[in-house]
Amino acid sequence: MQWSWKRIPAEYLVTNVKIYQGAKISRRLGFLHVKKGRIEQVGVGAPSREGLPVLDGRGMVCAPGLIDLHVHFREPGQEEKETIASGSLAAACGGFTSVVSMPNTEPAIDHSGMVKYVVDRGKEAGLCRVFPTGAISKGRQGEQMCEFGDMVAAGAVGFTDDGSPVANGALMANALKFARMLGVPIISHAEDLSIVGNGVMHGGYWSARLGLAGMARAGEDAATFREIELARATGGHLHVAHVSTRGAVAMIRRAKEEGVHVTAEATPHHFSLDHSRCRDYSPLFKMNPPLREPEDIEAVAEGLTDGALDCIATDHAPHTATQKEYQFDQAPFGVLGLETAFAVGVTYLVKNKVMDLGRLIGLMSERPAGVLGLPYGRLEEGAVADFTLLDPDHTWTVSVDHLQSRSRNSSYLGEELTGKAGATFLRGRLTWHDEDVIGAE
Amino acid sequence: MILKSKDVLGLEGMSAEEIRGVLEIAFRFRAVFDRPVRSVPIMRGRTVVNFFHEPSTRTRISFELAEKRLSADIVNFSAATSSFKKGETLRDTAENLAAMKIDMLVIRHSSPGSARYLANVLDCSVINAGDGAHEHPTQGLLDIMTMRQRLGDLRGKKITIIGDIAHSRVARSNIWGLTKLGAEVTLCGPPTMVPGVLERMGVRVEYDLRRAVAEADVLNVLRIQLERGAGKTFPGNREYHRMYGITNEVVRSLKPEAFILHPGPMNRDVEIAGEVADGPRQVILDQVANGVAVRMALIYLLSGGDPGALGSSN
Repeated sequence: MQWSWKRIPAEYLVTNVKIYQGAKISRRLGFLHVKKGRIEQVGVGAPSREGLPVLDGRGMVCAPGLIDLHVHFREPGQEEKETIASGSLAAACGGFTSVVSMPNTEPAIDHSGMVKYVVDRGKEAGLCRVFPTGAISKGRQGEQMCEFGDMVAAGAVGFTDDGSPVANGALMANALKFARMLGVPIISHAEDLSIVGNGVMHGGYWSARLGLAGMARAGEDAATFREIELARATGGHLHVAHVSTRGAVAMIRRAKEEGVHVTAEATPHHFSLDHSRCRDYSPLFKMNPPLREPEDIEAVAEGLTDGALDCIATDHAPHTATQKEYQFDQAPFGVLGLETAFAVGVTYLVKNKVMDLGRLIGLMSERPAGVLGLPYGRLEEGAVADFTLLDPDHTWTVSVDHLQSRSRNSSYLGEELTGKAGATFLRGRLTWHDEDVIGAE
Repeated sequence: MILKSKDVLGLEGMSAEEIRGVLEIAFRFRAVFDRPVRSVPIMRGRTVVNFFHEPSTRTRISFELAEKRLSADIVNFSAATSSFKKGETLRDTAENLAAMKIDMLVIRHSSPGSARYLANVLDCSVINAGDGAHEHPTQGLLDIMTMRQRLGDLRGKKITIIGDIAHSRVARSNIWGLTKLGAEVTLCGPPTMVPGVLERMGVRVEYDLRRAVAEADVLNVLRIQLERGAGKTFPGNREYHRMYGITNEVVRSLKPEAFILHPGPMNRDVEIAGEVADGPRQVILDQVANGVAVRMALIYLLSGGDPGALGSSN
């Protein structure tokens, strides 16, 4: 039987692929045997089974479907920016099979009905697993705690007021305690607004030169310190979102050594771009936390290498072209991430010899799965067949045609990147196929 | 061609040669002011739009006067009297302006980078009349012109800028222009208003007023934005005046020939004592007159005016 991209059979082999296994990529070519949505067999060498349709992987890397712990799919309320369906397609295009969505929708995801809505919309789209987080506080107002238990029962995998840091320390402590009982993390957008004020970019030389209000590092550092101490005091699981400063990386590293239950993520833009990118006042470089200084970029990359930081997450934050047409100080914070995350990792971490490809893929699959205890992110017999075929050598120049999101606000437009997903499979079914990366026949 | 670009967006983007070229023309226009007929009708039949998204009196009047003396047709928009409000994107604004087929746009806007944005999307010339805390190039040029009037070549001259540098577009344009001309620039004010990182722009940062002005040839005293932060970025007017105000006592400590600029409008007895503002060391009215000349020079040059046609400034 011939392989057909148009009609994916229930049972097939993917051959001539390098296999990801435990943060390593096999030197020898191997195969993946998929049967009814599960991995029947995975290994190096030639498959023992014959007579099945064969997808020739042509030397590409067969990796677990990538997992992103931080996306904004904007539904409900801001469907002009993104929907759960369009975001899911952007995810598949980037090689992702699971994403964790943030609750700062309109209205916020702050009760079980809203959680169920996101779960259902994700299943309807059917392009990736969408795991919702719920808000910590009703309406993300920072005052009254939401019904965590009810929301976990409906499918919430963690709680966060992302985008609106919880100013009240007692509320945060209680949230950590309550979430601990339920076995889920509190995800912190660590930012002290009384320090950051009306800043719109990193506070430093470039903000001073450009005449833009700066966001001091101390705003993130002080908030991160508070969250760590609350996690230490409560024993709750703290997950620090989008870590961007040298100081925060160091604090998290030390807290881990001291046994605090803390995990953390970093975004591709925070290990690749610095604040000088704001020099032309393009809102495509405006996000929160902001692009920082070269020493912060180095610290984030080092944190990802030595384990201070657990995983890479995109903070995929779509905004319409109109919103990004406002002037830098008026435009909203946030940039896309799903379609370019793997390529930015290859280009800035692997090609610069910060880490090898196996570690990068681990930071985007097995490791984030571990943070939330999700049963995905590994290629092993019996596991669900969520996988992606990655070409780590495919070089491309990012254009709007490469973006599947409803929005176009990528920091990397016009930049040449290396690495791309050729095909993505969810439960053995094709969710993304890029004919420029892997052939069309 | 004296100006290489179709726009004047900031002194960061101008070379020392361009700055000197513009000032040369401005000095010739200053000479025109003393004639009975002060207009040079090069802009006849051309339209200039003055788009002021932020309140301004003296800059707008100075531009209008410069445009009228060049016989331009003028249209004024201001945020208060037009439908342009926060909420409309600058792109929409730009498309409206482009559709009106104007020849030149003078823009004052609260957002840094807004003049550059419009210059990139419009075919007409754009002059930045102040974009947030970023640049105010015509003010920078008129300040430099006023300094050159008395000092000639500014190479090695010591210029001290005093005030809320962090929020000042005037300061940034002065820094770019003066350092390009070889002046030695010192910034002075409380640390809440003068970020130390600005030393990377090639200037000295000095928090002690006496030390900052001791060797200065020129003081450029900036307006303190009282509404921006009394009690927050500085403890109050009294404290500011006591530590950074230019009083007669400070003036007595200056070099004998040193003089004082202020971009206006002044807060008397805050950044500058009333008796200094009225005293013999200030050159504020020269700045105002030079402002019209600098703006005439820029409009003239951007409209393709022939520098040779104006005669000599001597």
